[in-house]
Amino acid sequence: MALLSCKNVALAYDGATVATDITFDVNAGDYLCILGRNGSGKSTLIKAIAGLIKPSDGQILYGDGLTASRIGYLPQATVVQKNFPASVKEVVLSGTRSLFYSKQDKQKAEETLQLLGLSDIAKHSCSELSGGQLQRVLLARALCASSKLLLLDEPTAGLDKLVTEELYAIVNKLNREQGITVIIISHDIDTSLTDATHILHMDHRMLYYGTSEEYISSGQAKRFWGVDK
Amino acid sequence: MNLTELITSVDYKPLSYYLTDSFMLPIILKALAVGLLVCLCCSLLGVPLVLKRFSMIGDGLSHTGFGALAIATILGATGSAYHITLPIVVIAAFFLLRTGENSKIHGDTAIAVLSTGAVAVGSLLYNFSNQRYQEICTSLFGSAGIFSISNTDLVFSILVSVAVLVLFVLFYNRIFAITFDETFAGASGINASLYRSLIAVLTAVTVVVGMKMMGSIMISGLILFPALAAMRLCKSFKGVIICSVASGVFCFLAGFFTALCVGFQTGPMVIVFNIILFLLFSVISYCRNAYNRKKKA
Repeated sequence: MALLSCKNVALAYDGATVATDITFDVNAGDYLCILGRNGSGKSTLIKAIAGLIKPSDGQILYGDGLTASRIGYLPQATVVQKNFPASVKEVVLSGTRSLFYSKQDKQKAEETLQLLGLSDIAKHSCSELSGGQLQRVLLARALCASSKLLLLDEPTAGLDKLVTEELYAIVNKLNREQGITVIIISHDIDTSLTDATHILHMDHRMLYYGTSEEYISSGQAKRFWGVDK
Repeated sequence: MNLTELITSVDYKPLSYYLTDSFMLPIILKALAVGLLVCLCCSLLGVPLVLKRFSMIGDGLSHTGFGALAIATILGATGSAYHITLPIVVIAAFFLLRTGENSKIHGDTAIAVLSTGAVAVGSLLYNFSNQRYQEICTSLFGSAGIFSISNTDLVFSILVSVAVLVLFVLFYNRIFAITFDETFAGASGINASLYRSLIAVLTAVTVVVGMKMMGSIMISGLILFPALAAMRLCKSFKGVIICSVASGVFCFLAGFFTALCVGFQTGPMVIVFNIILFLLFSVISYCRNAYNRKKKA
């Protein structure tokens, strides 16, 4: 069965319905990009998949041994306070959810740090990091939480162009080389259409769900975003 | 009046008197034990409270403690009257946490309202007691505090420290996770509000146990200063926790014996040592940053 399937999901935030009738499947290895303008219900959908809020209607089903708490979640614009005393290693380890860190946990954190090129700054404090480094640390934490599904909510918000491209390249590599399934909210249409295998276009309901090739070839990409590929 | 006169004007007794007198020694040791345990709890709980911007909760709770003690006094209860003060302060802790979550009254406003309200009502209530000024002073500043520590105080301080230590040793990783990023912690299945409530309740109990000795307006300083001082020096969460406990315990010992020697109140003296340590750590941190910048340049 699919890794994740949403069936007729409706979402409400503070009592107000923000999206209805969302139905899609995500299979292992997919790279799904959720597109839509601000306030179209993207983040609420991500929160529902992460298990932070319950859908007001419909079902979200997890397959292949996945549970809501076993998703590698990178929340939107995590505001790390200036001066918060936490080393990179402590933050990445906290992704493992263990009460006490085992040898495997530590090894996993070590590997993840290496994978994302963070080994050199493992002992640095998070308050000393640049925006791009911090997002990579939080991505590493998400990877420690799950090797199956990454759930990324606008991971490049506030980053400059170069760092943004770097982060997308890392996510793309994780998807292609490690086979990690990715669900990402993004405003970078060009990169999304190149990297993603599937597109979910939302505006309080599903405007489109399918492969990105079809999204482009059917002319919808052009109609909505003025992108011609 | 010079310093020697000032010091001798308050009932000065040399330290050796307290440590050799067979009547005083048990009293002093009991006060020492309760104070150490309270400081341990305060400096541990202070780290997540300060980092989560909940530091004023300690302040709100200690003022509520003053009001609660006033109620206990006019009801004729003696000592710390835990059966009256504890429930009141614990309820206040839950109230403060709730208001932090909903937006009708913001957290800081709620704390200010509760603090001034409790002090106002408490002060008025002392009019119904016989020796009001002395009692208000003892309650606020902990003047005669260390000589009136009872066995009940000792039992409660042991119970609350065991609870705090268990929380911080067994659930250390959980506490880090919710302090650093509550959204992520929530998504990975950690019940953040449960831990927040636990921390608030333990803070309430610590405040109630500690306020007799330290004075109710001083106790929140014991929660804030060690954590703040540790944050100047340490870069990791574990480092801050360890350094905070060490600073809290050191400042208590220094303040306790100094206060005993010169016959001053314990609470303010401990706070003064905390301030000195905080300033010292700030200077060290400033110098270290300047050195690092220079090395980079």
